[in-house]
Amino acid sequence: MATALKLKELAQQPERLAPGHRMCAGCAEPIIVRQTLHATTDPVVVANATGCLEVATTIYPFTAWRVPWIHSAFENAAATAAGVEAAYRSLVRQGKIKDQQVKFIAFAGDGGTYDIGLQALSGALERGHKMLYICLDNEAYMNTGIQRSGATPLGAWTTTSPVGNVIPGKTQYRKPLTEIIAAHDIPYVAQAAPHNWRDYMTKVQKALDADGPSFINVLSPCPRGWRHDTDETVEMSRLAWETCFWPLFEVENGEWRITARPKEKKPLAEWLKRQGRFSHLFTPANRHLIDELQAEVDRRWDKLLKLCGEA
Amino acid sequence: MSRHLALDGAQAIAEAMRQINPDVVAAYPITPQTEIVQKFSTFVADGLVDTEFITVESEHSAMSACVGAAAAGARVMTATSSAGLALMWEILYVAASNRLPIVMPVVNRALSAPINIHCDHSDSMGARDAGWIQLFSETAQEAYDNAIQAPRIAEHPDVLLPVMVCQDGFITSHGLERIDALEDDQVRQFVGTLQPHMPLLDLEHPVTYGPLDFYDYYFEHKRQQVEAMRHAGPVILEVAEEFARLSGRRYGYFEPYRLDDAEVAVVVLNSTAGTARVVVDRLRKEGIKAGVLKLRVFRPFPVQELAEALRHVRVVGVMDRSDSFGAMGGPVFIETCAAFYTQRHPALVKNFVYGLGGRDTTPDQIEAAFRDLVQIGETGQIGELVTYLGVR
Repeated sequence: MATALKLKELAQQPERLAPGHRMCAGCAEPIIVRQTLHATTDPVVVANATGCLEVATTIYPFTAWRVPWIHSAFENAAATAAGVEAAYRSLVRQGKIKDQQVKFIAFAGDGGTYDIGLQALSGALERGHKMLYICLDNEAYMNTGIQRSGATPLGAWTTTSPVGNVIPGKTQYRKPLTEIIAAHDIPYVAQAAPHNWRDYMTKVQKALDADGPSFINVLSPCPRGWRHDTDETVEMSRLAWETCFWPLFEVENGEWRITARPKEKKPLAEWLKRQGRFSHLFTPANRHLIDELQAEVDRRWDKLLKLCGEA
Repeated sequence: MSRHLALDGAQAIAEAMRQINPDVVAAYPITPQTEIVQKFSTFVADGLVDTEFITVESEHSAMSACVGAAAAGARVMTATSSAGLALMWEILYVAASNRLPIVMPVVNRALSAPINIHCDHSDSMGARDAGWIQLFSETAQEAYDNAIQAPRIAEHPDVLLPVMVCQDGFITSHGLERIDALEDDQVRQFVGTLQPHMPLLDLEHPVTYGPLDFYDYYFEHKRQQVEAMRHAGPVILEVAEEFARLSGRRYGYFEPYRLDDAEVAVVVLNSTAGTARVVVDRLRKEGIKAGVLKLRVFRPFPVQELAEALRHVRVVGVMDRSDSFGAMGGPVFIETCAAFYTQRHPALVKNFVYGLGGRDTTPDQIEAAFRDLVQIGETGQIGELVTYLGVR
């Protein structure tokens, strides 16, 4: 059952991700996971791709998970979750177990989703497994030490797109993954960010109620990789939204809708300048990259407005 | 009580799968395994099984979905060949290490490159260290019988390991045979109901599958896998004994043929065993005391039993339908040599690599191999340790 999104009531709910895990200070991922698990009171089974969340919450013999949880490998969270979901449907249909409205949720990072896990995800979506796949998008391979991924923005410093004498960080734009997933025509697709917990939890509830596969791409600021202070995580999330770098929207049964629109669209530089990974862009030689990035954000924002009928 | 059916090896496996009626099957087509998933699809479409059939987009996802479904508490099967098994490689280890009793028929086919769709054993031999029990089958009948026994071995509480049931691509998978099939209720009674061990779907007792495991525990978990594989040996024999009472067909770690007084013998897997028996009969007429040991269980490797069964044989040839490049010889040869050495078996040994990429292996080639062994017996000279049969 969906929970009433009232802070007082949510604070009374049992925590299904226990404290004491070893996620970094300031990491957005446990915030997002707790918001996810607080959105429903139904039983939940979690499949987790290899990554920060997996390694930091389950260091044997400890586990932070108070729900059934499975990790298999990096690129197969969708296929693993699909197997669990199919087993559940089979066993319920045969009367071997009771139907308890179990919800199946897969968590994976951007590396595990945009890149190495895209095939397994696409296949699972096409087959129609009733499960929610959540991408925790921190815009690089953070678990292995900040390497560029298909989600890393143009110009960003990472350890495999270093700022050198010739090449100023990543030279490609990020992959528009949420749109790619929406093109699968599944019942529910959304983009969200942890600063707007009510927006995100509402999306989780809609996703879990959808009659088929659902997907949410959640921006997950990473102080280590983005090079910002650990108390600025939520602020980084909010600025990504206010600059329209990371719009909050949903695609419900094919209908595109912006779920929270910033009052005024701030210049992208306000988000970039707060993060060390972009600091080299603020030199005269690289300044043009900020303009290029701004132009790309504007282009994608205008495209989204059109899709949402708001242009 | 049995039904006589005309089936090829792939259909025989599909028939066994229908009778086992797994909760979940996740599979992907690949030659020559495809016929298994095609046939099984018709059983699903006709409502003859209760299976949730996941038509995945790759073998990597097939094995991943099997891992998820088996951890959830379902009885799970898949099937593959060659490149499909290679693509699963990473998850084969995950399946075995999470102690998930998945059953997977493998229709043996050569690995690329060059691409080749025909039989050799490089696929399953490449996965020999993944922690799976490996059963080999000479005929469609044996493939069927091994498939029926596999869930019982895999799910035994002292074992809890996945099982591969191997047969030769095209030679067995696409060769029509008379199959003595059990009745459906006999099979269902024999395989019984899965009692899942700590399933994910036991919501009252949430479990964490696949945590991060460092140098303080990983080694012990690997050691437990060793122990499970050790337990598998006697369990394979127990299950075979029960299966013999049901079917009248008897299985062990291997099947000897005219070994009792043999002076020369070959160790061989899968379909070539039949050819080797024909050659033995031919040589016996000449007074050559030849024999065959057809290996059924490659993992766990029956070290003591194999050495004991060949104790009196002076010259042993080992036939390998795959090579281990840079090693002393093929995988069956290396295992056999290691078994002989540790069991103080003094045989003279020689390796015959044969049939790669589906190259025909004729009785004449095997006869030449036996004559080579006879000569080694007479001269005491082995010559080249590895010979390649039928290669130009």
